[in-house]
Amino acid sequence: MMAWQPNATIDTLRMRADIMARIRDFFKKRDVLEVETPLIAATTVTDPHIASIPVIYSQKKISYLQTSPEYAMKRLLAAGSGSIFQLCKAFRQDEVGRLHSPEFTMLEWYRIGFDHHALMDEMQDFFKEVFAIPKTDRFTVAQVFETYIGINPHAASVNELKNAAKKNGIEVDIADEKNTYLDILFTHIIEPKLGNEYPVFIYDYPVSQAALAKIRHENPPVASRFEVYYKGIELANGFHELQNAEEQRVRFEKDLQYRDLHQMEAVPVDELLLSALHSGLPDCAGVAMGVDRLMMLVLGCENIANVMSFAHMESYW
Amino acid sequence: MGVYTTNEIRGGMKIIVDNDPCVILENEFVKPGKGQAFNRIKYRNLKTGRVVERTYKSGDALQAADVQDVEAQFLYFDGHHWHFMAKDTFEQYVVGEVEMGDTKLWLKEQSDCMLTLWNGLPLGIVPPNFVILKIVETDPGVRGDTSGGGGKPAKLESGAVVRVPLFIQEGELIKVDTRDGVYVSRAKE
Repeated sequence: MMAWQPNATIDTLRMRADIMARIRDFFKKRDVLEVETPLIAATTVTDPHIASIPVIYSQKKISYLQTSPEYAMKRLLAAGSGSIFQLCKAFRQDEVGRLHSPEFTMLEWYRIGFDHHALMDEMQDFFKEVFAIPKTDRFTVAQVFETYIGINPHAASVNELKNAAKKNGIEVDIADEKNTYLDILFTHIIEPKLGNEYPVFIYDYPVSQAALAKIRHENPPVASRFEVYYKGIELANGFHELQNAEEQRVRFEKDLQYRDLHQMEAVPVDELLLSALHSGLPDCAGVAMGVDRLMMLVLGCENIANVMSFAHMESYW
Repeated sequence: MGVYTTNEIRGGMKIIVDNDPCVILENEFVKPGKGQAFNRIKYRNLKTGRVVERTYKSGDALQAADVQDVEAQFLYFDGHHWHFMAKDTFEQYVVGEVEMGDTKLWLKEQSDCMLTLWNGLPLGIVPPNFVILKIVETDPGVRGDTSGGGGKPAKLESGAVVRVPLFIQEGELIKVDTRDGVYVSRAKE
């Protein structure tokens, strides 16, 4: 007999449903509009480190399951929706593990007139009201790199980062890219130590990791981006959103060049998003959160499969 | 031999790293939201026994090792080498001191064991988890003698020395856990 039973217990599914209701309630009280956007679209994210799952719903053309609802939600914002949120499935190719499923639930929300700090304030309220987590902490990327590794992430060269990895006993054989070494040091050394008691916001990233965040030309210049870590696990990623269509196009082109250089599949650029930015995206901040991971942490589960009714088969190894 | 990509790697698979055969212990997928995906792979070098963790870029290929475990029977020791026979093929294998390691202390003639072959050559031997062996030498237990934590050393017919309770006598059969060398119980047979 095949094991047909669900991965999560029915009790866990009840708690999950209850948390979903409380999340919706949180936004309702704040007058943030719930929206739904397509899961299948003709274009997808250009980020070379995120692989989209292609789908064929018409013989003529490949479309993509969305890796996040970001682009469509920004078109709503540009069309005058006001602040919005969405609870939906997101899809990422080849992401399978204790903390990853190729199909997962995402909570994404955008607040008009907020910068990344105002959004972190609201997230603190979110943790308090939905999960009764009393407080959160905040550190810059530079602070945590200096505390745990003794290195300045903005100024450090690739070689310094490489040596720091070696000194910390990380055996690795990877091409010389600054971002890759920043990620290795962060995921191997810093991340496991973050947020053991309370969720931690890490903010102001090196500009090379700006993605869709605004860049502030200070000294050093930083990206107005933040991430949330709780019990050593990455939970969310937020931006004070880039509004400039030209700069956004340049960042897309850069991604495509990287893909080309590394023999990765090219993806079409979302011209509709660029047109929307061109016509005017209101000043806003947005954040995307992995709901399954959040459930896993608050329910004390070890594997993302334990909070999903039916987990991706491969996640059971 | 072929290759495995990082997302095919599972515990128990055998790979070659720096020319040595290794067995996979763990494979954790690590993917920061904003960057490169990695696999943190933990493996044991089958020659040195050393456990190593190494980070690979997801999708990287690792060389598969032609390592297999076969059930074998210990035939005899010729004074320099240990001779084994595979149970299914009746093929005989000669194993040297280094590959034998501590296993030599647990085997008597006709014992079953697991022979690990790399490219067809013996790489290591694992005895059964439990063996039953005769005590060939131990002091008579003296009542009230509690020195050495309530036990006494006993030498087994295979050569190993284990601690046994005071009441165990020379000539008796005992059951021993070969993984930690600890006495389990008296045995019949």
